[in-house]
Amino acid sequence: MTAVKFYQVGSRAVGNRLLDPAHRTRQADPQRRNALNSGHRACQGCGEALAARYVLDTAVDATGGRLVTVNATGCLEVFSTPYPESSWQIPWLHSLFANAASVASGVVAALRATGRPDVRVLAQGGDGGTVDIGFACLSGMFERNDDVLYVCYDNGGYMNTGVQRSGATPPAARTATTEAVGTEPGNPFGVGKDAARIAMAHDIPYVATATVAELHDLEAKVRTAMSIRGARYLHVLVPCPLGWGTGTAETVKLARLAQLSALFPVYEARHGTVSSVLPIREQVPVEEYLRPQKRFAHLFAGDGRPDVIAKLQEIADRNVARYGLLSEEH
Amino acid sequence: MREQLEGSRAVAETIGRCRVQVVPAYPITPQTHIVEAVGAMAKDGTLPGCEFITVESEFAAMSAAIGAAAAGARTYTATASQGLLYMAEALFNASGLGMPIVMTVANRAIGAPINIWNDHSDAMSQRDCGWIQLYAESNQAAADLHVVAFRLAEALNVPAMVCMDGFLLTHAFEPIEVPDAALVDRFLPHRRPQQQLDPDDPVTIGAMVGPEAFAEVRYLAHSQLRRAEEVHAGLAAEWTSLTGRDVAALAPYRLEGADTVVVALGSVTGTLQDVLDERADGTGLLNLRLYRPFPNAAVREALAGARRVIVVERAFAPGAGGVVSADVQCALAGTDVEVSTVVAGLGGRPVTTAALHGMLDAAAAGYLPRFDFLDLDRPLVERELAHLRGGAS
Amino acid sequence: MTAFEIRLHGRGGQGVVTAAELLSVAAFLDGHEAQAFPSFGSERMGAPVTSFCRISSTPIRTHEPVSRPHAVVVADATLLHHVDVFGGLRAPGFVLINSVRTPAELGLGDLVEQMGESQIRCVPATDLARRHVGRPLPNVCLLGALAALTGQVTRDSLESAVHERFPERIATANVVALDAAYAHVRSPEATHA
Repeated sequence: MTAVKFYQVGSRAVGNRLLDPAHRTRQADPQRRNALNSGHRACQGCGEALAARYVLDTAVDATGGRLVTVNATGCLEVFSTPYPESSWQIPWLHSLFANAASVASGVVAALRATGRPDVRVLAQGGDGGTVDIGFACLSGMFERNDDVLYVCYDNGGYMNTGVQRSGATPPAARTATTEAVGTEPGNPFGVGKDAARIAMAHDIPYVATATVAELHDLEAKVRTAMSIRGARYLHVLVPCPLGWGTGTAETVKLARLAQLSALFPVYEARHGTVSSVLPIREQVPVEEYLRPQKRFAHLFAGDGRPDVIAKLQEIADRNVARYGLLSEEH
Repeated sequence: MREQLEGSRAVAETIGRCRVQVVPAYPITPQTHIVEAVGAMAKDGTLPGCEFITVESEFAAMSAAIGAAAAGARTYTATASQGLLYMAEALFNASGLGMPIVMTVANRAIGAPINIWNDHSDAMSQRDCGWIQLYAESNQAAADLHVVAFRLAEALNVPAMVCMDGFLLTHAFEPIEVPDAALVDRFLPHRRPQQQLDPDDPVTIGAMVGPEAFAEVRYLAHSQLRRAEEVHAGLAAEWTSLTGRDVAALAPYRLEGADTVVVALGSVTGTLQDVLDERADGTGLLNLRLYRPFPNAAVREALAGARRVIVVERAFAPGAGGVVSADVQCALAGTDVEVSTVVAGLGGRPVTTAALHGMLDAAAAGYLPRFDFLDLDRPLVERELAHLRGGAS
Repeated sequence: MTAFEIRLHGRGGQGVVTAAELLSVAAFLDGHEAQAFPSFGSERMGAPVTSFCRISSTPIRTHEPVSRPHAVVVADATLLHHVDVFGGLRAPGFVLINSVRTPAELGLGDLVEQMGESQIRCVPATDLARRHVGRPLPNVCLLGALAALTGQVTRDSLESAVHERFPERIATANVVALDAAYAHVRSPEATHA
């Protein structure tokens, strides 16, 4: 008898009753920690708030509650700790914009020195704080192989300060510092950093990318990461309704389209080599992903910019080839 | 036990005896011998259980120190000059978060132009970062002050920097009694953090504070820093009773009945003592070991009897004037005391007994300018200024 | 009592900084107060380096460079007509130069006449070091010679200082070289015109 594949067992079926309880997500569990509790001031539909909750609840569960978090300056830090309130129900430290990775390294050392090596450290920040201003500290943590899981919530820009371009902003995207004007509207092509690949180049034990569309996948990756000692990096795509100009109820859908179009490849890597990918059964044309986003509206207005869309399609196709993203079964 | 050893070495050994638990380190001249020695001690077991992290920049060093201190460890690092500036953002962060980190600053000039030699412009540039600032006049004082600094910082949850002149002290071999391990243990108990990152008792550290509460938070930090003067006085007395050595905030020399008093910080005070002994003319010296918080009342009282004060400083405020002398003048507000500022020893220029005699002769004869640079090549600067004024068009 | 002040000149890599440090340790072991510190240029091999040492019976408080030395040690004779190595030398003064030549041969005839033959000496420190230690590092030899010339530190304390600083085998070899230099200065035949 052929095994029946439940393709829909992903975020569309969180806590799916067809699933064995042991395979359900942490979010399905009423006993979850709620590491990031309600009451924070995130925008409606914030992908980062969603991801942070998923990630931290899983990390807390995976470590038996023995977890400390270090947060870079950014949206997450700002909306979660409006003094005198805090949404965090776990030990949490925010220092500066650029230094979450270094601060985390220091926390790890202190935990060892004070006889608590069982307590684990998770550092987190947005794309700006990670790939731009925080890059030196991040690379330093990687090269020392410090026992830190660094999670980057990537919404492709400095959203907290008003949607400015970062090194993670995709080509052609409109931001306040890469306006959709001139002959080359939006963010230029040929610039930017692929932080996950740079992390892989450090040969650290574990690198993975994920999105908020595939909850089981995201949680599994956090669990895997927490089972490993040494420097680990998780890069999560988190749509930002405000910065992307998308509907607040569309966040998960947009994340899924990003993955299915192959513009955001989802994979795992061990010591610099890709070890698994989240396969794409049906590659979605990039246009389907771009059209719902106001930050790409200039590609569709009037006669549109089919040439730019074609270049973006090339990037997607290159990702398919590079990572082997297409599923063997169709 | 008294030994002849390098200042850096003495400091490193003292740090070891303070049982530091985490040391993030980044090298910069002239602090390198300190971190190298601490690193070796951590590696060979002389300093057991110490986590020594070779970080990628000074900014990373102070950041890692913040994380370590927040997680409850006794934390130490060292830097100088450009390195101190590179971690400037983190300095304010450390004091704002109440992290009792102790740091050696091997005082060195700040570029441009790049200069690796001694002056005080590095620490002075950070005088408002919320850290306690202590200045050592000798390597013995440097060793002693580090022990006191840990206790002071941890008592108040305010970070402390111990300043020692780069090269002049760090690289000088002098007779030093490295505080004995048992004595340090008696004086400096294990750190007992008031709060720390702990899964059993979670806290949120580093929240965003808006206009409705920021001023109060900062006022409280200021009050805490002010308390350091009183707490330091108590600790200094305790240290003296244990060792016979003085680490008090103010160290007067020939001050009683002095008509002219020189105020200075760091190793130049030793040279000044020789000069004043040679003159024996009623000139006194006030060595300031505690610069932040600034001991206003104590300074005012110490200088009350003087007619004239000359602040000899190893830094200055470009476009303005003196740095320490501004604080001294503030402390003397309302009195008749004349204050002159003499900027000496910038970028490692030696401060000689001859030049100091010249300065005091000028003061006695009434022609020491209010703001002066010791040993400045005046003909050279005058030529250059004339050239800039006239020739450039 | 004024401190006895020594200024050492050499080039990076010749151990002039270490020499001042060892000298101060030896003086300390002799029961004196001592201070040693370098005057750094950028730390590259071959660049002129100056170091200072003060020896006193009372605590040394000053931190200015030695501008009026009682003794000058020149580890590299090529500095002689390049750098003002004798600037500020107090009368009668002591001068010790690392060279196989005589002071007169080095063009210092006037200085010899001014100071007196017994005050200004040459010692082939690099050669002695090469012979006894296997490396052309003249610093420890020069200290042996300096001890003999000035009597400001004892040979025994220098030996202790050297053993404190270097691993056993190297220390022993250095002490042999030190003694050879000491003897060179002491022996009457070694006095040159």
